[in-house]
Amino acid sequence: MGKPRVAIFDFACCEGCQLQIVNLEEEILGLLQVIEPVEWREAMSDKSETCDIALIEGSITRAEDAERVKRIRARAGVVVALGACATMGGVNKLKNNFDLHDVKTCVYGEAADMPHLDTMPAMAVSEVIPVDFAVPGCPMSKTEFTCIVRCLALGKTPVIPTFPVCVECKRNENVCRYEYNEVCLGTVTRAGCGAKCPTAGGWCFGCRGLVDDPNVNAARDVMEQYGKTMADLDDRLALFNSKRE
Amino acid sequence: MGKTLNIDVHHVTRVEGHGNIRVRASDGRIEEVMWQVPEAPRFFEAMVRGRRWDDIQTIVARICGICSVTHSFAAIKAVEAALGVEVSKQTDRLRHLLHYGEQLESHVLHVGYLVAPDLLGQKSVVPLVASHPAEVKTIIRGHALGNYMMELIGGRMTHPIAARVGGFSRLPGADQLRDLKTRLEKIVPDLEAIAALVASLADRLPAFDRPTEYIALKQPGLYTFYHGDIASTDTAETVPAAQFERVVNEYVSPQSTAKWCKWHRDSYMVGALARYNLNAELLLPLAAKTAKALGLKKGCCNPYMNSVAQVVESVQVVEHSLQLIDELLTKGIEPEFPRVTPREGEGAGAVEAPRGVLFHRYAFDREGRCVKANCCIPTNQNHANIQKDFEALVPRVIDRGQDEVRQLMEMLVRAYDPCISCSTHYLNVEFV
Repeated sequence: MGKPRVAIFDFACCEGCQLQIVNLEEEILGLLQVIEPVEWREAMSDKSETCDIALIEGSITRAEDAERVKRIRARAGVVVALGACATMGGVNKLKNNFDLHDVKTCVYGEAADMPHLDTMPAMAVSEVIPVDFAVPGCPMSKTEFTCIVRCLALGKTPVIPTFPVCVECKRNENVCRYEYNEVCLGTVTRAGCGAKCPTAGGWCFGCRGLVDDPNVNAARDVMEQYGKTMADLDDRLALFNSKRE
Repeated sequence: MGKTLNIDVHHVTRVEGHGNIRVRASDGRIEEVMWQVPEAPRFFEAMVRGRRWDDIQTIVARICGICSVTHSFAAIKAVEAALGVEVSKQTDRLRHLLHYGEQLESHVLHVGYLVAPDLLGQKSVVPLVASHPAEVKTIIRGHALGNYMMELIGGRMTHPIAARVGGFSRLPGADQLRDLKTRLEKIVPDLEAIAALVASLADRLPAFDRPTEYIALKQPGLYTFYHGDIASTDTAETVPAAQFERVVNEYVSPQSTAKWCKWHRDSYMVGALARYNLNAELLLPLAAKTAKALGLKKGCCNPYMNSVAQVVESVQVVEHSLQLIDELLTKGIEPEFPRVTPREGEGAGAVEAPRGVLFHRYAFDREGRCVKANCCIPTNQNHANIQKDFEALVPRVIDRGQDEVRQLMEMLVRAYDPCISCSTHYLNVEFV
């Protein structure tokens, strides 16, 4: 079997997930032995008509981008969404909490109604086209990314954790962030990041999205025990897990 | 013949974000030269309204992956100014180290991965892995060390965690700093090798001068990236960062709908070359020696030399990091427990991103919820200057034919190291 031909595309985002691919450093040389990059605008001038694997970063926020991502779907074998913006909308969905005209006026003032500034509620890639696999996180974990791409190159089905960040945080022997009177989202957020934020002295802000079937009752118990409310939890959840529209 | 150009570059490659180039010329007459930015706007200034003071940096770091430390610092400094928070000398030194990690990582990435393929006649770094394996590995080591610094001090390579309003949520140990020092000392020969490679290819950088106003931060006694007032090569007057709106003067261009920036002229440039032109005499010895070896002189107004200035700055940040680590180790790392009380207020922060000076401003209500935000990013400030450079460049090279003109224009855009995803609030030019 030949090496799968891989293309990388970006939509509304900070391009930090593509940066994680560059941040593989020497490991990228190993990855190049199992895949063949055929299009990657940020790093290459080459273009390609088709690809076996399309890696897509960013949210869909304009009609023209929805059309573009549909065209990518049509010419790709497998589609993988990279990072919070592509897998669930990420910080871009903070915008969806406001009236769109208000958002445009706030930023562009009198020019807000010009056609090229048009915007629609931010959507994850999977809200526009069928997505085969997701690499969650903001930024995505480069270890998880490599694992998933290698699985695909070998014809295996990648799996990601289905337990919350608290599990990894305990494994790192961290003191619970609630003990510091902080609101941490590790109770309901999908693990796989290695609890990086609590380990660096911060709280989990939910960038990997909710774990499948989150234990909401247990999360509520923790909140009550430390005198926090569900409103506190929702307030922080808004950062990466805002509603669709 | 030979003077007809029909150039449409849709989404320039090897730059961060999306930009287009459009040129129309027939029989030697230039009809249109246009730098366009079709990036999807993301509306950060609207999105942060209502968010808590201690969530702002987490949100706005996501404006840009490759400048995430700088965006975090611009926000942290603005929030600290608004809430009246002072930080310790230790925090200040560690912030410099973290910031230098980003400068090193970004500069090496830009020069090594994005610009070098142009100078070596390739479409990307991928074929260089086979043709120049030693050079590619040297570049990777420099890039990896910048990332290592960010991981060690900030808790993560992209989107830092440990740098907070008031201080750090996690401190590095003395042994970790000593280890970092060893790594930094070992990287110096690699940076010298990168400088030698660039020097050997310098004649492939286009010779193109255009008198330009350069703007960067300036601080007495230090080639600054983090503190200082706003300075220009056109005036001796400096402006406090808190009054950055006086400098950026955002305006709508008559030729397009783009909101651009200008101060004393029609446009200005920010970035490594601007910092060099304003602060060259403050470079540390090895960086100054590197500048000399690369033929970079104060007053240079060739934008293609921005990549050369980035090589010089890579050496500068490593040299200064070594000094800072010595200072931190001499003092000893002290645990700190910063306390911040929210209050009503407004504040601004200015920091040099790898690609130029960045400004943030926020206002907060009594609970510390954001009520207003404004971010003015370096690439936004450079757009007008890219356009002015295009207008000066094309008539000079029009005889060289379509492919070469297009290549020169793409290389010019890349030289600015644009970061177009930082699309916080600039307007775009008309769409083709």
